[in-house]
Amino acid sequence: MKLPETIAGFQTAYRQKELTPREAVEGVLKRIEAVEPKVQALLWSDPQRLREAARQLEQGGGPTSATPLWGVPLLIKDNICVEGVPTTCASKILAGFKAPYDATVVARLKRAGALLVGMANMDEFAFGSSCEFSAVKPTRNPWDLQRVPGGSSGGSAAAVAARMIPGALGSDTGGSIRQPAAFCGVAGLKPTYGRVSRYGLVAFASSLDQIGPLTREVGDNARLLQVIAGQDPSDATSSDAPVPDYVKGMGRGIQGLRIGIPKEFFSEGLEAEVRTAVERAVEELKKAGAAVQPVCLPHTEYAIPTYYVLAPAEASSNLARFDGVRYGPRAAADSMEAMYLKSREAGFGPEAKRRIILGTFVLSSGYYDAYYGQALKARTLIKRDFDENWERVDALAVPTTPTAAFRLGEKLDDPLTMYLSDILTISVNLAGVPALSVPCGFTGKGLPIGLQLIAAPFAEETLFRIGGAYQERTDWHQKAAPCGN
Amino acid sequence: MAISRDTVDYLGKLSRIALSPEELDKFSPQLDGILRFVEKLKALPVREVPATAHLLKQSAPMREDRARPGFSPDQALQNAPEKEGPFFKVPPVIEAS
Repeated sequence: MKLPETIAGFQTAYRQKELTPREAVEGVLKRIEAVEPKVQALLWSDPQRLREAARQLEQGGGPTSATPLWGVPLLIKDNICVEGVPTTCASKILAGFKAPYDATVVARLKRAGALLVGMANMDEFAFGSSCEFSAVKPTRNPWDLQRVPGGSSGGSAAAVAARMIPGALGSDTGGSIRQPAAFCGVAGLKPTYGRVSRYGLVAFASSLDQIGPLTREVGDNARLLQVIAGQDPSDATSSDAPVPDYVKGMGRGIQGLRIGIPKEFFSEGLEAEVRTAVERAVEELKKAGAAVQPVCLPHTEYAIPTYYVLAPAEASSNLARFDGVRYGPRAAADSMEAMYLKSREAGFGPEAKRRIILGTFVLSSGYYDAYYGQALKARTLIKRDFDENWERVDALAVPTTPTAAFRLGEKLDDPLTMYLSDILTISVNLAGVPALSVPCGFTGKGLPIGLQLIAAPFAEETLFRIGGAYQERTDWHQKAAPCGN
Repeated sequence: MAISRDTVDYLGKLSRIALSPEELDKFSPQLDGILRFVEKLKALPVREVPATAHLLKQSAPMREDRARPGFSPDQALQNAPEKEGPFFKVPPVIEAS
């Protein structure tokens, strides 16, 4: 049979005994063989290990209510630990590192019966918006191989768009799930800060990072969040808020839901084609029963400056652990200090070095209050902007990115321009709220455009309801990326 | 200039990253551009605004005080670039006299 293209499709095929995990694995490997040479989304995959995992799954009996992802092939971003598997953050400084334990999300996926196909490419340590800062290779956009897939979860988004697998995990610190989801025409969720355990996620900016799913269909996104969400004793920042039945919630439709449109997200720099597509999507939501009204997020313009103080500050501290002592390659040197200097010089790529230096600067004495202290206060204002809207509206609808996917190399040597490509996603991380990007059209050149839905803390269910209602009325998510054919 | 080439060199040393002359030439103007962009924050009136360092309603929740399995020495050392017995081995920290 033809391999299912969605998680729901896999579930049905297994239930009806039309497919076995071993057949699924062969189908996935065949698909990877066909498209991976062009897309370059994977950093690691082991076919023999995968076949063995499928065989063991079959021996253990069929799917049960405890194994909702039984036999579903998934991909993991290369900054999430999978035991015994290279987890390198696409960095030379973790070359050869094999994780000694499973991240909590990975343990939960395995318990749910998922088959982990491999590790997905990314910008080194998630620093980037194009996947070009991977120390291994750039990933290509399946819709146009000359363009970037976005980043940093570019490998995860490209693999889902290229239909290698029906779902993948990414991580989002300033837009790293939503921006590549928009560029590749898939659905990507940044959950509420604290909704998903970060235990086993290599830390970039601990107050902003969240793991989330990338899928083609919104319902599949809900299915993955259902499994990975929830409190974890190993992550003190994970929330004890109850996890609702997300898929069930989607059946309620969006009649009467109130959606806010903040004008600050539709300002200069927004490409006309993106604006038009998002405005049409909002019209569609109205037709589905939503009530639309304008709202205000007045401190939006301060989001990027705030982020580029706080995120590098946290990154410079978090990346101090990569010092050539406990893991990663070590440069030969006759003193400890020289060993640090040389190992870190050889191990980090240019964007990692820029961010570490920037973070060290804003935390250094004499500049701490002027930059870091000021940014912490600006963050309060940005968060309040969102808080003040949740009494009036249930969600916000905005574009995910100001433009569609750009060309490889276009922004590589201009870090500030690269940073500005995250202008519409960053404030969500600063406020800690959840946001979902869903495909809402194509440019004249055939590049996907993303609609970003934002909701109050722990209201992922609302995002799935709106995203699901939108996908019921449109077919953008069903279009197949050509992958160079 | 928000940041000079010498400052970038010094920050490299503070963060234990050796930077080549080419990197210093490249990074200095790039970081200067980023910092000048970030300076927009200074105009924001925030004297009365509290800082947001994290987003949690409660911090440091307690976990039940119970022994859990941890890494064996072999597991902890499995990625070490150099080891000796149950230890990570590093270059000399104290200079020989």
